[in-house]
Amino acid sequence: MSRAGLLGLVLLAALPWLVPPFYQTLLVFTAIAALVAAGLYLLTGLAGLTSFGQAAFMGVAGYTSALLAVRYGVDPWLGLLAGLAVTGLFALVLGLLTVRLKGHYLPLATIAWQVALFIVMGSWVGLTGGRTGLADLPPVRVLERALTDPRSYFYLAWGLALLYAGLLHRLVHSRHGRMIRALRGDAVAAASFGARPPDLKLWTFVLAALGAGAAGWLYVHFIRFVNPSPFSLEASIFYLIMAVVGGVQSLPGVFLGAALLTGLEQWLKDLLPLVFGKTGNYEIIAYGLILVGILLLAPKGLWPWIEARLPRARPPRPEGPGLSPRAASLADPLLEVRGLTKSFGGLLAVNRLSFEVRRGEILGLIGPNGAGKSTTFNLLAGVLRPDAGSVRFAGREIAGRYPFETVRLGLVRTFQHPHLFPEMTVLENAMLGTFPRTRAPLLASLFWLDRAEERRAAAEAYRALEAVGLAELAFEKAGRLALGQQRQLELARALAADPLLLLLDEPAAGLRAGEKRALAELIQGLRERGITVLLVDHDMELVMHLVDRVVVMHYGEKLAEGSPAEVQRNPAVVEAYLGGVA
Amino acid sequence: MLRVRGLAVRYGSAVAVEGVDLEVHPGEVVTLIGPNGAGKTSTLLALTGLARASGELCYLGRPLDGLEPEERVARGIVLVHERRLLFGEMPVEDNLLLGAFSRYKRGERGLGEDLERVYRLFPRLAERRRQPAATLSGGEQQMLAIGRALMSRPKLLLLDEPSLGLAPLVVQEIFGILRRLKAAGTTLLLVEQNAKAALSLADRGYLLEAGRVVLSGDAAELARDPQVVEHYLGLHPEERP
Amino acid sequence: MDPTIFGFLLSDGLISGALYALVALSLVLVFAVTRVILIPMGEWVMYAPLTQAGFLEGRLPATVGLSALLLLVWAVLDRRRGRAPWLLAGWAVGVGLLGLAGVRWPSLAGPIAFLVVLPLGPASFRLFFEPLPQGSVLLYLILAVGLHFVYKGLGLAFFGPDQFRLPALWPGELGVLGLPVPGQGVLLVAAALLAMAGLFLFFTTLYGKALRAAAVNRLGARISGISVREAGRVAFLLATAVGAAAGLLAAPLTNASYDMGFLLGLKGFVAAILGGLVSYPLAVVGGGLVGLLEAFSSFYASAYKEAIVFTLLLPILAWRSLSALTLEEEE
Repeated sequence: MSRAGLLGLVLLAALPWLVPPFYQTLLVFTAIAALVAAGLYLLTGLAGLTSFGQAAFMGVAGYTSALLAVRYGVDPWLGLLAGLAVTGLFALVLGLLTVRLKGHYLPLATIAWQVALFIVMGSWVGLTGGRTGLADLPPVRVLERALTDPRSYFYLAWGLALLYAGLLHRLVHSRHGRMIRALRGDAVAAASFGARPPDLKLWTFVLAALGAGAAGWLYVHFIRFVNPSPFSLEASIFYLIMAVVGGVQSLPGVFLGAALLTGLEQWLKDLLPLVFGKTGNYEIIAYGLILVGILLLAPKGLWPWIEARLPRARPPRPEGPGLSPRAASLADPLLEVRGLTKSFGGLLAVNRLSFEVRRGEILGLIGPNGAGKSTTFNLLAGVLRPDAGSVRFAGREIAGRYPFETVRLGLVRTFQHPHLFPEMTVLENAMLGTFPRTRAPLLASLFWLDRAEERRAAAEAYRALEAVGLAELAFEKAGRLALGQQRQLELARALAADPLLLLLDEPAAGLRAGEKRALAELIQGLRERGITVLLVDHDMELVMHLVDRVVVMHYGEKLAEGSPAEVQRNPAVVEAYLGGVA
Repeated sequence: MLRVRGLAVRYGSAVAVEGVDLEVHPGEVVTLIGPNGAGKTSTLLALTGLARASGELCYLGRPLDGLEPEERVARGIVLVHERRLLFGEMPVEDNLLLGAFSRYKRGERGLGEDLERVYRLFPRLAERRRQPAATLSGGEQQMLAIGRALMSRPKLLLLDEPSLGLAPLVVQEIFGILRRLKAAGTTLLLVEQNAKAALSLADRGYLLEAGRVVLSGDAAELARDPQVVEHYLGLHPEERP
Repeated sequence: MDPTIFGFLLSDGLISGALYALVALSLVLVFAVTRVILIPMGEWVMYAPLTQAGFLEGRLPATVGLSALLLLVWAVLDRRRGRAPWLLAGWAVGVGLLGLAGVRWPSLAGPIAFLVVLPLGPASFRLFFEPLPQGSVLLYLILAVGLHFVYKGLGLAFFGPDQFRLPALWPGELGVLGLPVPGQGVLLVAAALLAMAGLFLFFTTLYGKALRAAAVNRLGARISGISVREAGRVAFLLATAVGAAAGLLAAPLTNASYDMGFLLGLKGFVAAILGGLVSYPLAVVGGGLVGLLEAFSSFYASAYKEAIVFTLLLPILAWRSLSALTLEEEE
């Protein structure tokens, strides 16, 4: 931990001794809010899933612990465990329903169960005491001491909040964290590197719910009373506002938001009734205006603005051994396609296509628009399932297998429109390629057990960056790269996966002459690393000078096959492709 | 009709176009050719109002600054975008009618005539008039995009890479249509990578590279000029920084 | 179940269903053209009858001031656009005059309240959504939530927490198939059907199609001469009109208070989602279903009726999500 961080911790620990009890209470509520907001950092900021239902999870854990304490005299600490377990279960069930929803349907679903749960909390009088709730909850005890005063509770609350934040931080900087962030931008690309979107999303959902659950437990045992009102839809929105205002894509941001808005709430509750001359909860006007203001003026929140003005440390260059290389395949041809067929509705896009890619060669797949090149590419990459035919890669049948399976075997693809993750650094983007080659499970990442593997993955990715010439930009955000550099990064990411066969999808599209030349050299260089290449492109210049052999497609079928010179002389090809020009 | 002096287009810190001068006279076909990334599309976007530009842009004697794209369409400058930007879920006929929206707003109602004219020019579109635009083939979509632009009776039609992504036979069809438009007196400003096709159609041309005009003149002469080929194949040593 | 009770529940359900349907229609309209999920619509639906109540009590409701203020801010923002600022300022003055008229002639309170609330929609679009033309649906959703908070809080400040009773346009009851049905309820159902037909027809005109096109492909619309900004404002205007009318028609049946808008908006949502947020007829059917479901569940399990409605939203969302077209066209 950095020196600044340690200093901060010391100051924080001293704080309750320096301020009056009113502010101590405020700080406790800040910690509670920060727990919920941190969950939103993971869920919304990183994974891109907006939830309007976190307060409901607070309620689930809070009520569980309260009920166990009041009905069965269970100690609050056990109540915490029970609360988290029940919350986790709810999150798992609701998550299974919710995370598969696309786009804006997901937040709408969270609204649905938030409101439903809230109503149940208030109406099931027999269980929850209805709107009046349950009172006289026992306090949390540590050793012999009951934590009833704000000062001692401060340490409990902040302890939990910082623990949770620490776990999240570790998660984010692990292979799972990178995948979660990748999912936000681009599920297709993430899947092409071995992520299984529904699984990862579900775990983030559950983790965020657990944070909210802990917050709920803290809340009820602090005020020692539980009723539905703090767990409403509007409370959920309030936490979301906190996270967004502070900066939902960073931990310091959500903590900042939590602190600001908790303080603001208190201040507004006192001030606004005076302004309006009557009692009432007018502070929601201010929250609404603040939210609207932030979205219009500083959509990323306050923290990024502050962070840009702080000095930044330069991370060290990753060194050391990389990951273990893949065993070379002796199969030749490396890829055999036989009778590949695919239709869409009535349209036969690919019709009994057969060709092979020999080990160590660079093969070009060309053809006029609509010839079926992209469809073929996607069939090979596993994005589409063929209707008929076989694809044998390194001796195994892979037709119809998913991308994340074929990636593990060494068949890696790039995308025509670079599917990069602009908020992650260049190195982190490259490290995504190593996902199928690393193994650490989620729990290991949370508890610091994956450091060695992480270091090796970083070194491996760094070397891939060096191979394509991007090493100097390793710590820049990928969003800053020009198109040519983005293509290089795509290539580096593919290299980091240690491919046997590389499928390149229009790598030259949009590049300038000089960039194309550099790209061609790079691709030639891949051969020396023992990588076989299958290339689809429109740029005849590039393709004809670069490849060893060409397969020409037309109307979904193979029209011709041979060396570039042979194909260029083939009159059928000339007619179909180069055509007559107006 | 159109006079451009000192046009510059910037996207953040990247300079796409710098110091471009060009002119288009009524009834002419002028083409902007050049390799990928030369700034041809950016020039058209600046003329349409979709890219922020500095410099003098003078159309029919009046400056274009400050006019929104919708207003420029009303004045007669219409763009057929490289990506076509059709209303995919809506039927072909609606796409065409919407092309004439600015005239409709001004109160003109004789749109049926123009619709028939477009259908005569593109019989395939007539066959598919009720189909959603997204179900058309690449070539048909390009025809629809051109048809839509024609519905507004443009004075200056801007075309951005109409041959992009199309099979050679379809490209021939499209250029055939453009020839008919030229014969009918429509003023065209055509951006094309396919230099041969463009120069065989145009009266005059400008060769752009790295955001500047490096050659200009009569189209037939440019077609014979070896420098054009060199620039295209990237054989010319000048690189953009 | 007793057929009379069944009849009551049915008519009850259909009448509240008509209200939800109208709210749903306004939400679908706005979403179809601007991709905004307009949560504050619930507040505006309530503002109309609450403003009317203010006039009936001889007060000048603060809505008049708010409307005029928003119009003036709009005029200032658009100050360089030709005649627009003058028209807007004129409109603001007009609203003020209407307010005075409403106090003077309370018999016209209904239509005047409608006209006073009307500018809130398009002005909110201009001030808060137009500056973010490239926003994602989610961004707009969060923004809408923020506005909901503001309008709800202002509602409390303007009108207080009480419920208001409003006079019916069609007082008394009709006998329909032997059941007493409130005349106002019949009006509401008629309004819902009328609005549905009206919107459906509107979108068959070229102007309506242009509005659709603006959402389907924003850039494509601009290069075809369609002003996307204007499309948004018109959509918000129409939607607010539908919503305000719904509020005015329904308030005599349900009373009106500042906090009823939110739940109303949410239920209108559920109905709109049934139509995938793009279909008018389905939205109306959805409204009917939500109303009926609520009526019948209230008979069996009154406290949980809303919980049931919301829980049932989940499978509907799942179904809709699976059959939805993949995201926006441009980006």
